[in-house]
Amino acid sequence: MATNDAPPRWDRRMQQRLARGEAAALGELYDRFASLVHGLAHRVLEDEQAADGITRDVFTHVWENPEEYDPQEGPLRSWVATLTHRLAVRRLRATGTAALARGGGGSVEELERKVHRASAAARADYIVQSMPAPLRAALERAYFQRRDYRQTATDLGITEDEARRRLRLGLQLLSTAHGPGPSGVPPEHGGAV
Amino acid sequence: MSGGAERFEEFGRYERRDADGGDGGDGTGGTEAGGPQDGWESTQATDRPRSLGGPGGPSSPGGSGGSGSGGGEGPVPPPRIPLPRVSVEDGGLPLPEMKPGPLVLEHRVLKALLGAWALAACSAEETAAVEEHLGGCGPCADEALRLREAVGLLHAEESLDLDPALRTRVLEGCLDRRAPRIPVPEWAVPYDAETARLDALLQDIGEADWHAPVLLRWFRGEGPVDRRTTVAGVIAHLLTVDALVALALGLDDPLEVTADRPTPEARTEAYWRASRFPPSRGVRGPWREQSHGLVRMVSFTGGAGELPVSYGDFELPLRDALLDRAFETWIHAEDIAEAVDYPYPPPAPRHLHRMIDLGARMLPTALAGRRRAGLAAPPRQARHLVPAGSPGRSLCLEIEGLGGGEWFIPLDSPAAVGSAELTVAHVALDGVEFCRLAAGHVSPEEAAVGQDGDREAIRDVLFAAASLSRM
Repeated sequence: MATNDAPPRWDRRMQQRLARGEAAALGELYDRFASLVHGLAHRVLEDEQAADGITRDVFTHVWENPEEYDPQEGPLRSWVATLTHRLAVRRLRATGTAALARGGGGSVEELERKVHRASAAARADYIVQSMPAPLRAALERAYFQRRDYRQTATDLGITEDEARRRLRLGLQLLSTAHGPGPSGVPPEHGGAV
Repeated sequence: MSGGAERFEEFGRYERRDADGGDGGDGTGGTEAGGPQDGWESTQATDRPRSLGGPGGPSSPGGSGGSGSGGGEGPVPPPRIPLPRVSVEDGGLPLPEMKPGPLVLEHRVLKALLGAWALAACSAEETAAVEEHLGGCGPCADEALRLREAVGLLHAEESLDLDPALRTRVLEGCLDRRAPRIPVPEWAVPYDAETARLDALLQDIGEADWHAPVLLRWFRGEGPVDRRTTVAGVIAHLLTVDALVALALGLDDPLEVTADRPTPEARTEAYWRASRFPPSRGVRGPWREQSHGLVRMVSFTGGAGELPVSYGDFELPLRDALLDRAFETWIHAEDIAEAVDYPYPPPAPRHLHRMIDLGARMLPTALAGRRRAGLAAPPRQARHLVPAGSPGRSLCLEIEGLGGGEWFIPLDSPAAVGSAELTVAHVALDGVEFCRLAAGHVSPEEAAVGQDGDREAIRDVLFAAASLSRM
């Protein structure tokens, strides 16, 4: 993705322009991040309208609180992704809790498992989108096109060693999607905006 | 590995994150030589991953007949050439099993295979060897489990066709909550929306689509003309013509050569001629940067809607020029969408309405121009010219559908004012059809038009509408 190469300067400028109340900056922000935000929200909530709602909430939050972003802590892109994730997971949990309260089926444990699964899935999407293109290309060959690692090496014009290395490293990155917390306890539990 | 919890991270420095010590490379394949200096894993052994030997086979370099699958983490002794076989019988060791043994690989080799194994991307022998190893090696078993779980997270990227209307809804919702100190002028909003819509289409199309042929069509004088180009050529065209607005605002001109004339067509031809290679997807960035820059610039000079923008042969005030660019962006986006077989709906009704309004306002001047060129009937009231600003003989243009409305077009002079009382003809057509007519994509003879009244006036107005089109 071209947007991965956005220099930090762009992030800082964007923050200043948003803080200044420049509507054109909001449009540019949307153009850059809307598909990321909507995609992540959709992955967590599996619902088009709910993802639209989260998209609205995320951009409203950034527009109203641009000063919350700290360029020292990393790219704007990851801040926006984190915010999206938090809002989407919170909404999934709220919807599930409300359903439980109405006497719907399932248990609190099942809900937490569902939230964790959805949360990890969204993280994984983000990781795949953000990982270096060579790793993503190798995973794509091996997983989606069902090529073995030797074919993957041939396809990509790399050694078999390198193909094995990329597949392993790609999966290692992906495995961080589960977060370090014990299974079933989402890392962003209780996170408030 | 840690750090996934607090925030979503970028992976620009991923190699440092690898607990096993990455090779520090950029992952783009600098390891073709596969030599041990790469450091990710010593790769010596993997050069011959299929060196079949039974457990404790006598070909082990040390000749000691070790466990075979043991955790050989230490450096491999330098002599890689197997020592001459000592006769088993002579060595007094137990005879190896004679059946074809399973593949035996070193720990480091097996570990390097875990990713491929988790993805079911290695050979049957390798799979069996890895699985055999997992039974006896805790760290590898842990990693294998982790990587297998990670595979479960892989997910085909869904094609995300974001509803373009969502952009407008989201932005408006934001601006309601916190009023902008520097708003985008209302007349620039259609351009902002149409460029965003086209950019979303460009985001979706594949590499090859950029070279798909596109036939640009417009109308000149008596009939249609066309010009062949590609999808990328169309974006180059938009870039060079949008730049007319940029120039009026004092921004840079992306056209680095001088065009014969400062008209949209001449500038486009000059740009195409000047590029050493046919335009490719690389033109998207400059085009998008310029369109964002224009929206930003007009926001800061919000009061300058009357600033004249020159098209070479004529001028439009900035507010209309940007509306014209919105219209052209949509029309050419449709050309592109057709070429790459994508659906592309018309603009939002209120934006469409503004575009139609611009066309209707430009009609009297276009009509007068055609009359001067002998392409339209002379005015009926030539003897007693209508004083400027007073009502004149008119045609009622009724546009149906979303974004439609009713316009009275003065027929005899651009200075006259359209009048319901002095209406001599009435035409009715759909808004999108009117726009296609004004874009030269539908001919005046073929446009689906309901008509009533003065036939000559109707014909002249429909041809004048078509003549609004340019490359």
